[in-house]
Amino acid sequence: MQISSRLTSGKGKSIHQKFVDLNWFIVFVIILVAGLGFAMLYSVAGGSIDPWAKNQFIRFLIGLSLMIIVAIIDIRVWMFLAYPLYFAALGMLAIVDVMGEMGKGSQRWLDLGFMNLQPSEFMKIALVMALARYFHCLSDEETLQLKSLVKPIILIILPVVFVLRQPDLGTTILIVMGGIALLFAAGVRMWLFVLSIVALIPAAVGAWQFLKPYQKNRVLTFLDPEKDPLGAGYHIIQSKIALGSGGVYGKGFIQGTQSQLNFLPEKHTDFIFTVIAEELGLMGGLTLLGLYFILLSYAMIVSISVKSQFGRLLILGMVVTFFLYMFINIAMVMGLVPVVGVPLPLVSYGGSAMLTLLVGFGFILSTAIHRETSIPRGGAFA
Amino acid sequence: MNPSDKNKLKSYTRRATLLSGGMLLLSSALVGRMYYLQVTSRSQYELLADRNRISMRLLAPKRGEILDRFGRPIATSTTDYRVNVIPEETKELQETLKTLGEYIPISDRDNQRITKAAAKQRSFLPISVANNLDWETFSNVNVNMPDLPGIQPDVGTSRYYPERELAAHLVGYVGSVSEEELTGDPLLELPEFKIGKNGIEKVLDDKLRGSAGNTKVEVNVLGRVIRELSRQDSIPGDVTSLTIDLEIQKFAANRVHDESAAIVVMNIHSGELLAVASTPSFDPNDFHNGISQKKWDGLRGDIRKPLINKAVSGQYSPGSTFKMMVALAGLEEGIITADDTKYCNSQYRIGNRIAHCWNKNGHGRINVVQALAQSCDVYFYDLALEVGIDKIHDMAARFGLGNRFDIGIMSEAKGINPNEEWKLGAQGVRWQGGDTANAGIGQGFVSTTPLQLVVMAARLVNGGKSVQPKIFLDDNEPKTVVPDIGINPAHLRTVLQGMDDVYNHPRGTAFPYRIRNKDYKLGGKTGTTQVRRISVAERQEGVRKNEEKEWIERDHALFVGYGPVENPKYAVSVLVEHGGGGSSVASPVARDVLEYILDKEKADTEIGSTV
Repeated sequence: MQISSRLTSGKGKSIHQKFVDLNWFIVFVIILVAGLGFAMLYSVAGGSIDPWAKNQFIRFLIGLSLMIIVAIIDIRVWMFLAYPLYFAALGMLAIVDVMGEMGKGSQRWLDLGFMNLQPSEFMKIALVMALARYFHCLSDEETLQLKSLVKPIILIILPVVFVLRQPDLGTTILIVMGGIALLFAAGVRMWLFVLSIVALIPAAVGAWQFLKPYQKNRVLTFLDPEKDPLGAGYHIIQSKIALGSGGVYGKGFIQGTQSQLNFLPEKHTDFIFTVIAEELGLMGGLTLLGLYFILLSYAMIVSISVKSQFGRLLILGMVVTFFLYMFINIAMVMGLVPVVGVPLPLVSYGGSAMLTLLVGFGFILSTAIHRETSIPRGGAFA
Repeated sequence: MNPSDKNKLKSYTRRATLLSGGMLLLSSALVGRMYYLQVTSRSQYELLADRNRISMRLLAPKRGEILDRFGRPIATSTTDYRVNVIPEETKELQETLKTLGEYIPISDRDNQRITKAAAKQRSFLPISVANNLDWETFSNVNVNMPDLPGIQPDVGTSRYYPERELAAHLVGYVGSVSEEELTGDPLLELPEFKIGKNGIEKVLDDKLRGSAGNTKVEVNVLGRVIRELSRQDSIPGDVTSLTIDLEIQKFAANRVHDESAAIVVMNIHSGELLAVASTPSFDPNDFHNGISQKKWDGLRGDIRKPLINKAVSGQYSPGSTFKMMVALAGLEEGIITADDTKYCNSQYRIGNRIAHCWNKNGHGRINVVQALAQSCDVYFYDLALEVGIDKIHDMAARFGLGNRFDIGIMSEAKGINPNEEWKLGAQGVRWQGGDTANAGIGQGFVSTTPLQLVVMAARLVNGGKSVQPKIFLDDNEPKTVVPDIGINPAHLRTVLQGMDDVYNHPRGTAFPYRIRNKDYKLGGKTGTTQVRRISVAERQEGVRKNEEKEWIERDHALFVGYGPVENPKYAVSVLVEHGGGGSSVASPVARDVLEYILDKEKADTEIGSTV
């Protein structure tokens, strides 16, 4: 079966038409968010495009191109590729795990020579696709049946095992919560979720023992940062000071004392929201939240007009993943949740997460372009 | 769309709405938290942010100078060329120090100290490598800066005593603050800060120190200074002028050279001390960075006691210089007149003891003027017993003996002006006639400092005014009338005649050492005091001459002098420890010092009048 031939077959739109239908406003908003990121990376470097802003800009251009390519490819192709991509991602996670076992210690990426690929990032997308496809193919009755949950739970647990072994708590949380949100949206019975939450409490207690000391430390520090002001609690305290002292209008671009004088840790990656809030104030923070709101509400609104369950769930999975990134990161720098290594979407310095999120948005845009495409329950090309 | 898909869409829409609601709820929690941090608690966090970034640094004030009466520096602050190293900026500390070693000698001890400091303190803080570099070495380092990464040439100030040992006992010295001296004043905790440890430096430390300034700087998380936010300059310490004339001080000190001696020169009217010399001395510059153990041991072990200011702390029997007090007491009490005579056959019986006059041949029949001029001991044994110790004590007290003047330098001794009451208190033994006879020739319990002796001389020659010695020059001080001691001027004249004759009468004890070829005369009084009683065994071996004794056993030579006799202006006291005779050793020194002052003054006024 030639995929290329499928791209142009059937009721498919022309490439040109797809470009026209692409929501350029949303692309523009994405560029705005990333642009704010470049500005902040320029600021935290003390007013220099090196070492971060320039690199980030180049990565963004690559990611943006990838996003548009993903958006234009027919949604049926993506549905068709859902399982293969999932197993490819799982295979890569296994390879990374084996390499870690072979003495290189904790490792999260594959060195492909030209770039470092993080399979766990890849998996965030692939899992959403696989689950979306799985539920697309179920009938209403099947969706409500308990036995239908076995496969998706295995789909979720397999990568979690590998990611936990890396160990990467942040990604684990994103994968599990993204998966659960998808099950919820797919229509799994409500009482199951209530039951799970009840069951989760002893599970959490049990899981506590398996956490690495530094992970336990993070949780404990979150609960009482002042207990260890120079050690693990330092980051949170300094971050709150930076945020709080920014006030409503901020200290001004490249004027944030906490960030410019290095009191703020990881200011170009996980704590970049703090820099925004310190230098641009509450207004800057709300502006960014507003842009995120535009992006996510657009996606949610599109999702209810999509004709295929696969498309709907794909959008929802991506939205939840995006939202979790944003929420965990911002809540973390404000001391609302423990410090877990989750970047601020499209703003934090770093290529992998940006790529994931842009490709994720590519799927949202693709679904939007192909919202009228209805796909039979049997499969994309059944 | 098939019905199943319709159901799915309905279900999805419901669930998606729920999820969206959940996400909105969580997002509003973020907004609420942001509002709480950035609006409600803003001022609290602003304070914390400022505490993070703003650091106050003290600026050490420049220490006030100490000058002589003509503004010549005795203690000053000089530019100190230093070289520091900042470990963080070196490629490799040891390598840099090795390269630097080509320009500045770095001892193993220095190297150890630097390595230790580098391990202890934060790596961007400078560590002192060398101080007090000469300009050539310093500029050499500066020129070669490209080869010396992390090396930081620095220009600071440090205390400097240009006259070195010349006035060391007066000014004292400064040194690093010790643990016990910390008062909580943060200035004292600056690493290079020095405070007065001795002498005027210590007494006037508060005035000389000045007040610290400060600079508010912005620092980064490592504590490195990013920029200065505000600055309040330090206020330098007060300049202190002394009454000392460095030239006279220098002349006096050089005149006694290596002798263990003290010379005090005073203006008899104003009380201003023109020279307070004590030899041998020490170099206060050595104390600045902590004196080496070897030098310290050398100073401590020297039997000539270079660390003691003999002029004010040394207490000596005044010997015959005390005889003026006995004479005046006799005259004032009406026990003798200027013309009354006593007979000296060189021996004087006190109880069952025979006391001797220094002149084995005796002085024959002499009056009080002759007794002073020839320093007859028998005359004064007898007179002292007639007058009684209490009257002598009272007279000596009026002339400042046994009195601490508190002129404002350290460890001024009180001496002993004894009387019956004193002996009973101090020794628990009753006063005896022999004690009075001994006191009559300034021996026994009487003990004075060279400063007290110069005050005594000044009060004798200024017409009986109780002038107070002073070391600090104060032009603004209102001229107060110096109170009269209340001595009959005729009696004073009698005593002064005796002092005139000491130098100028052929039978005077210092006649050979009188001033010649000048249009003025000098007066004074010799004194020679036994340091150690001659033992019976030594006497049987034959009395040895002073020169044959061990230095430490030789007599002290004293002299109090003044000049010019016709119109006195200056008084001087000279003490040469173990110097021998007051006439042969001390009186020529007094003569030369007075001559120097009077000639210098004359030259100055002549220059002044021609201008």
